[in-house]
Amino acid sequence: MALELLVSNIWKIYDNKPVLKDLSFVFNKKKVYAIMGPNGSGKTTLLKICALLEKPDRGEILYLDSQKRPLKKDINLFRKITYVFPQVGIFNASVFDNVAYGLNIRGFKKKEIISKVEDVLDFVGLSHKKRQNALTLSSGEAKRMGIARAIVIDPEIIFLDEPTAFVDAENVKIIEKILLQLKDKGQSTIIIATHDASFAEKVGDVILRLEEGRFLL
Amino acid sequence: MEFLIDAFKNAFFLIVSLDKELLEIITLSLKVSLTALFFASLFGIPFGAFLGLKNFLGKTVILILLNTGMGLPPVVVGLFLYMLFSRSGPLGFLQLLYTPTAMIIAQFILAFPIVTALTQSAIVKVDPIIKLTARTLGATPFQVALTVIKEARYGIVAGVIAGLGRVMAEVGAILIVGGNIAGYTRVITTTIALETDKGNFELALALGIILLIISFIINISFYIIQKRGIPPNIAWL
Repeated sequence: MALELLVSNIWKIYDNKPVLKDLSFVFNKKKVYAIMGPNGSGKTTLLKICALLEKPDRGEILYLDSQKRPLKKDINLFRKITYVFPQVGIFNASVFDNVAYGLNIRGFKKKEIISKVEDVLDFVGLSHKKRQNALTLSSGEAKRMGIARAIVIDPEIIFLDEPTAFVDAENVKIIEKILLQLKDKGQSTIIIATHDASFAEKVGDVILRLEEGRFLL
Repeated sequence: MEFLIDAFKNAFFLIVSLDKELLEIITLSLKVSLTALFFASLFGIPFGAFLGLKNFLGKTVILILLNTGMGLPPVVVGLFLYMLFSRSGPLGFLQLLYTPTAMIIAQFILAFPIVTALTQSAIVKVDPIIKLTARTLGATPFQVALTVIKEARYGIVAGVIAGLGRVMAEVGAILIVGGNIAGYTRVITTTIALETDKGNFELALALGIILLIISFIINISFYIIQKRGIPPNIAWL
């Protein structure tokens, strides 16, 4: 099943100032969207609203299944989408246990968890750090671990909030490579908020510019 | 000076010869304090976690009461329980006065606020991003709560150890409700008080040394656990 995300007439107002103004859009299946815009343009707010982490003041977010039926906003839907924050939330545990988290809470068997986690750590180039406490990773490595933790659960939609922020040039290249490989696999829809134009152009199928609360088309 | 040296020598002899009376007292002390701590943790950790995770009306009052409870004078607890358990008291029919059970209840009352308040504090200190991350990885509200508790584990264990420190060193409450009956309710601290009164310094001193060793072990454990809670090197912060 592939999910479609329908953003319908969204408004978000902070301190009497509208950040998102009557914004509507349809995120189609299996594409990579790069949302660009200056600081404060509402990229993160939009991403959080889409990921159901925040509620809009007006408007609606709908997740549609392959028959275009809207899905209930319950744990079954939450388990189909995931969000990687700009400063990755790290559990005080090994890199392996951090990546295995989503599988553990879904009740996967130990053998399956080991195989999936090792594959994904290999994919993001962190196999050699799997036993290390994840809190000791560099910022770039932490981002890669955050992406690994998101993709290991095979989500329908991945939200990446500023994946290249606080990251050195070398890690930006590695993250670009990971996302391009993910794009080739075509398993998930990826929605990225970034202010890095070159990164957006390299990885995005669709580039959306968010200015004054709306997409510039 | 000679009297002090003799007292230390005899105390040391009592310890190395594993004196029966000494062992009985130490065993009962540990039994009473560890049982009290077990129940204080059994109720205090979930309650502290609940206070740390949920916001509700009256929470501040509960937290103020718990913080007050952390400094509760043991003799006041002893007096209160004595009045409850004495024959003419409302719970006199239970016949708990001068029993190890009464001592466990007294120590439970002293340890519970410490374990609960320190658990709450450890939970509150967990970075909010942890809760959000767990949620975005598909955790149910219960799994999110468990994840936050797991992240606070070192702080929670430190709270349990602080509770143990409080009850092991306590004398006022258990002296009042236990009565310091030889072979039945006599524990390390009450024996030290009694034997010092009697001028029998050897046993008091031997028990004092044992108590210091226990206190030392508790503090070492506290230090190690707190140190383990801090990641070795957060390079990029």
